[in-house]
Amino acid sequence: MATTETNPPRLHADENPQPRPIPARRSGRWSGYRHLLWARILELKREPEVVFWVFIFPLLLAAGLGIAFRNKPADITSVVVIDGAGAEKTLAMLQNSTNKSASDRSSSDKSASDKSPAHSAVRATILDREAALKAFHFGKYDLAIEANPDGSYTYYYDPARPESILSRAEIDAQLQSAAGRLDVLATSSQSSSEPGSRYIDFLIPGLLGMNLMNSGMWGVGFALVEMRQRKLLKRFVATPMRRSDFLLALTSSRLILMVIEVGLLLSFGVLVFHMPVQGSILSVVLLGSLGAVAFGGVGLLTACRAQKIESVSGLINLVMMPMWIFSGVFFSYQRFPAITHPFIKALPLTALNDALRATILEGATLASQSGRLLVLAIWGGVSFILALRWFRWT
Amino acid sequence: MVASPIECTNLRKTYDGKVEAVRGLSLQIEAGQCFGLLGPNGAGKTTTIEILEGLLDPTSGEVRIFGYTWAENERQLREWIGISLQETRLSEKLTVRETIELFASFYSEPREAGDILEELQLTEKSEAWVGKLSGGQKQRLAVATALVGNPRILFLDEPTTGLDPQSRRQLWDIVRAFQKKGGTVLLTTHYMDEAERLCDRLAIVDHGVIIAEGTPDDLIDRLGGHHVVEFQVSNNASNNISNNGNDNNENDHLDFWRTLPSVESVRREDSSVCLSVREPHLTIPALLDAVASQGHRLEHLSTRQASLEDVFVKLTGRHLRED
Repeated sequence: MATTETNPPRLHADENPQPRPIPARRSGRWSGYRHLLWARILELKREPEVVFWVFIFPLLLAAGLGIAFRNKPADITSVVVIDGAGAEKTLAMLQNSTNKSASDRSSSDKSASDKSPAHSAVRATILDREAALKAFHFGKYDLAIEANPDGSYTYYYDPARPESILSRAEIDAQLQSAAGRLDVLATSSQSSSEPGSRYIDFLIPGLLGMNLMNSGMWGVGFALVEMRQRKLLKRFVATPMRRSDFLLALTSSRLILMVIEVGLLLSFGVLVFHMPVQGSILSVVLLGSLGAVAFGGVGLLTACRAQKIESVSGLINLVMMPMWIFSGVFFSYQRFPAITHPFIKALPLTALNDALRATILEGATLASQSGRLLVLAIWGGVSFILALRWFRWT
Repeated sequence: MVASPIECTNLRKTYDGKVEAVRGLSLQIEAGQCFGLLGPNGAGKTTTIEILEGLLDPTSGEVRIFGYTWAENERQLREWIGISLQETRLSEKLTVRETIELFASFYSEPREAGDILEELQLTEKSEAWVGKLSGGQKQRLAVATALVGNPRILFLDEPTTGLDPQSRRQLWDIVRAFQKKGGTVLLTTHYMDEAERLCDRLAIVDHGVIIAEGTPDDLIDRLGGHHVVEFQVSNNASNNISNNGNDNNENDHLDFWRTLPSVESVRREDSSVCLSVREPHLTIPALLDAVASQGHRLEHLSTRQASLEDVFVKLTGRHLRED
């Protein structure tokens, strides 16, 4: 070593203040990044709660809501015919009419049992007068029908029960037409419960968006504060680790998780609820990536100063709460007054949900969604820049 | 000449414009030395070591590591130093080997993870999750992450606090082995025995300033006496003098013991009296005579070598472990 040297202002790589006692191996430029990413994935994989909340919970939510709000199968109206002279004939008239409507139905609707037919199916039974009225009063039948000796009919119905009112109208129409009444107006009906416009189809893209928000905020924001609280961030910056590598690894781990999240939820929708995916899978994945990165940025900003996981949990919920309510996850934001719509559309989750719905349900191209993509990019970009400026490592 | 591994002048650190944690502290640590910052909790040790590690900016003052400043050469300096913070909770769901490999990946010329595991006696635990390790093993792992970069300086902040005696000795061996290979060590501790056994030089820190600096022997020399005579007496009515005497009486008694031959200083330690003594063979017979002539009974008598604890008490009037 140089012996006459005074302190040089800059350091040269080949100057060794002390000899190194142990022969060393060399790490490549991306060695730190690769190890950080791998460590993050290993940690997530070994954390059963993460697997549950990120992967299983959204599926359970989709399944539960999908079943609860599924379109109900065609209502069958149950009627009772009071035993008497015209009872058999009445029954025959009803069954004839019902078969006709049932066959109409099966010709127009091949797959779903959850479609409304043009006419309700009628299930009719004959009982003696006392038993029939008693069963009607107990709600077992929607309507009781009595054929009078003079050829007229009397309906017993309960005006407080909607299905009873519907049943009366339906049965009356069927009996009238069976007796030869001709409809003077030609009408046709269009069913609107095709796959693609059902509640579950609306819901799944919304759940995708919400899940990307949740895991971005928690997976980046919470994880960072937790590492800060454990002094792990401080320990990392005490090494030559590049800080950008660390943030890049955290973001990359989010993207990998995103592909799995989106894949699982979409496959679930397609396989279990026969949800049609009109747009390209690539567009959906690109949208998911943008969403994951944007919410990663918002998560980073939320977590840039917080020292305790308790305080960041509150912050994360505060940030997410408006989007849960307004961004159209579970119901359309069209229900809110029109004056609020510009604000609602400026929320990142609204942009993501709308873009996901347009792509998945309507097959929209990414180009047609550029406005929404821009909203997401601005949220993500601005958050990242502010977060890096304010970020506290120690 | 080659610059010192660690040098700082007139460091000050004020938190929030109010709390003065470090108040004008200067140090120079030579290559190959094990230097200890000794002091009670809250003395400013951790603030000082974190400023030297480049993790905290001083309010004023200058730090040079091998002659370079943190502001200009941070990346290169990070390659040269290894750090164990006072409390870092490493990821519990990673294995010991994965953790070491992770830290190794940050350095351009790291050591082999296998060698480090061997050296720190963690080979058996290499596939165990960090969360499953004992306190001593966790602390060895923390030091392993500091050593894997093949550093020239090792910074250890309270490396053995809360460890059992066997784990402490294992860590001391690790530090000595690092030093033997030419490494420089700076550690903080509030354990006297650790400072005495491990450190070549010491600075005793209190209220953010160095109140004494030197080799452990130097510091003990300054006490005046190298020996401590500790004893406990009670009177014949079996009333313990120490416990029953009011403050005036107590001071009278202490002053009395001070007059015995070869005694340099006196202090009370719980129910015993401690005399700093240059020549115990002169003090002890006189002490026994005095006890007998006053009608007291000797309950306990021991002599020992003076320790840094005695130095600290002499300098500050407080014990190191007092809060």
